[in-house]
Amino acid sequence: MEFGNYKEVLCARATDSKIQEVSQDGGIVTALFSYALEEGIIEGAVVAGPSDEPWVPKPVIAMSKEDLIDAAGTKYTHSPNVWALKEAVRQYGLEKVGTVGTPCQIMGIRKMQVYPFSTRFVADKLKLLIGIFCMENFPFASLETFVEEKMKVNMDDVTKMDIGKGKFFAYTGEEDNKIPLKQTHGYEQASCNVCPDYVAELADVSTGSVGTPDGWSTVFTRTDDGDSIFKAAVDAGVIETKPMDENVKPGLGLLSKLSKGKKDKNKKEAERRIKMGLPIPAGFDNFYKY
Amino acid sequence: MFEKLKKSFGKSETKPVESEVKYEEGQVSVKPTNKPKIGYIHVSGCTGDVMSLTENYDILSTLLSDMVDIVYGQTLVDKWIHGTYAEEMPDMDLCFIEGSVCLQDEHSLIEVQEARKHSKLVAAFGSCAMNGCFTRFSRGGQQAQPKHESFVPLSDLIKVDLAIPGCPASPEIIAKSVVALINNDMDYLQPALDIANCNLACGCDLQTNVINKALCTGCGTCALACPTKAIDMIEGRPIINTNRCIKCGSCNVHCPRTWFPLDKIKKEFNL
Ligand SMILES: Cc1cc2nc3c(=O)[nH]c(=O)nc-3n(C[C@H](O)[C@H](O)[C@H](O)COP(=O)(O)OP(=O)(O)OC[C@H]3O[C@@H](n4cnc5c(N)ncnc54)[C@H](O)[C@@H]3O)c2cc1C
Ligand code: SF4
Ligand code: SF4
Ligand code: SF4
Repeated sequence: MEFGNYKEVLCARATDSKIQEVSQDGGIVTALFSYALEEGIIEGAVVAGPSDEPWVPKPVIAMSKEDLIDAAGTKYTHSPNVWALKEAVRQYGLEKVGTVGTPCQIMGIRKMQVYPFSTRFVADKLKLLIGIFCMENFPFASLETFVEEKMKVNMDDVTKMDIGKGKFFAYTGEEDNKIPLKQTHGYEQASCNVCPDYVAELADVSTGSVGTPDGWSTVFTRTDDGDSIFKAAVDAGVIETKPMDENVKPGLGLLSKLSKGKKDKNKKEAERRIKMGLPIPAGFDNFYKY
Repeated sequence: MFEKLKKSFGKSETKPVESEVKYEEGQVSVKPTNKPKIGYIHVSGCTGDVMSLTENYDILSTLLSDMVDIVYGQTLVDKWIHGTYAEEMPDMDLCFIEGSVCLQDEHSLIEVQEARKHSKLVAAFGSCAMNGCFTRFSRGGQQAQPKHESFVPLSDLIKVDLAIPGCPASPEIIAKSVVALINNDMDYLQPALDIANCNLACGCDLQTNVINKALCTGCGTCALACPTKAIDMIEGRPIINTNRCIKCGSCNVHCPRTWFPLDKIKKEFNL
């Protein structure tokens, strides 16, 4: 299954207009964590917050809806959220923690939960893992290249970055600066080229933009906990949903194509590397299958 | 009990599990009567790993009294071979050995060699036993034994069957490993078997095994696992402060790009 195992797939968005204004897509991450915080399901969430440098994210332990709103939106470079889980559990003393991450980050966390060799009393404190779809990520210097060199735009002026419809966008308010996605190829980090997961198959809930119209998100609920927290948020009116049927454009067909495409392409790269005598993580061979 | 394990180490004789069924206050309980005999040896370690074991508060008493027999050890039971070796070491199904071994300490050398002879399985318990950890920095010259300078991981001296790294190994991994052993869940233990002979580890592994191999995603799991905060994440990559690194090997073991237990994750989280 190219989407991994899941309980339900939906088209969804946050109902709060304050979240809609700042979120990347349907604001699912921000809305679901806000709900979980209010309900006491989590006491804090590690998210990719702003740092002193524009577009360089920094893991932040969000303890309120305001903190979450400050951290909304996608930053197309590394935010080592997994690292900050330790701070959340130790320095902040949180007993119930949530976090959001790309598929590779969720993979690191899940492996730690199953084999917690040296992470005493961290695994049991993680209550909500939200995974975000991810085709690739970029070193910060790559982002600078797209925005400052290729688009001739000052990073400070950019209000939103987005990838979609075959283009990389950097919005500045006045005009939509964009370059064809082809021009970003070769700038992604090399480890993404063997990544087996597009839709965060191991998260409690995963979400992304592909498959649904602008302002909406595609959501998979996966674990029992993830499914029940998401449903409770919907019942509470924090998130609205539509069935993922033929009325939702572009729909699951495109998502399926992208997910399979990523797995096939990266499996090939893995095979190429193995031929050269290079290592691929043991266990990835199965992950490329669907 | 250890059938599969023994098979994989070429030992054929196996005992069937015998158990006693009890009915108490309407509840049925099954207690194994041939509980595995476990030993715990403390060589050049700090007792941190066995302390970690005792932090399994909820299950500790059941584990120690109902599930296993501790037949040897200085800390958990008062039974160990003294300097004169007057006492015989008993036979053990599994012997946990914590700490590395000082080559200038005759008693330690004999105790681990005896343990190998008397144990079906030997587990390197904690990073010192697996790969030396911070005893790798020892170089002698201190009172009262200035000559005690050389400390080696267990696998330099005896055959080790499985390793449970960590400085200390977490309470959870100890509980999970013991329960897996009792249930003969070899699948779960496979990674511990695979790293049994890792006798070299350091934060530098991330650079050579992951970053240099075009595998690092910047996920930050290594920095989460590091017990000494020797790892910073800079521009999406771990950077190791080698002056802080105590060579426990936790970072490399935890990195999802060294090995990845997909099936076990799916099983544990019902995914
Ligand atoms: C590198 C990258 C590549 C992506 N590629 C795709 C793709 O190919 N297809 C697709 O459909 N979706 C992709 N996404 C996901 C998408 O951009 C949105 O993040 C997702 O839809 C969530 O939107 P939202 O409105 O629900 O979240 P919001 O409410 O806007 O919240 C987003 C959350 O993600 C966190 N976050 C932002 N950047 C990062 C980061 N770099 N690392 C970890 N957490 C972060 C924020 O802190 C915030 O909490 C990608 C995201 C990233 C970070
Ligand atoms: S493509 Fe894979 S490895 Fe790269 S950032 Fe996304 S999830 Fe991580
Ligand atoms: S755990 Fe591995 S992949 Fe993740 S940041 Fe550390 S070295 Fe890189
Ligand atoms: S960097 Fe940290 S986790 Fe890695 S070996 Fe050194 S002390 Fe251990």
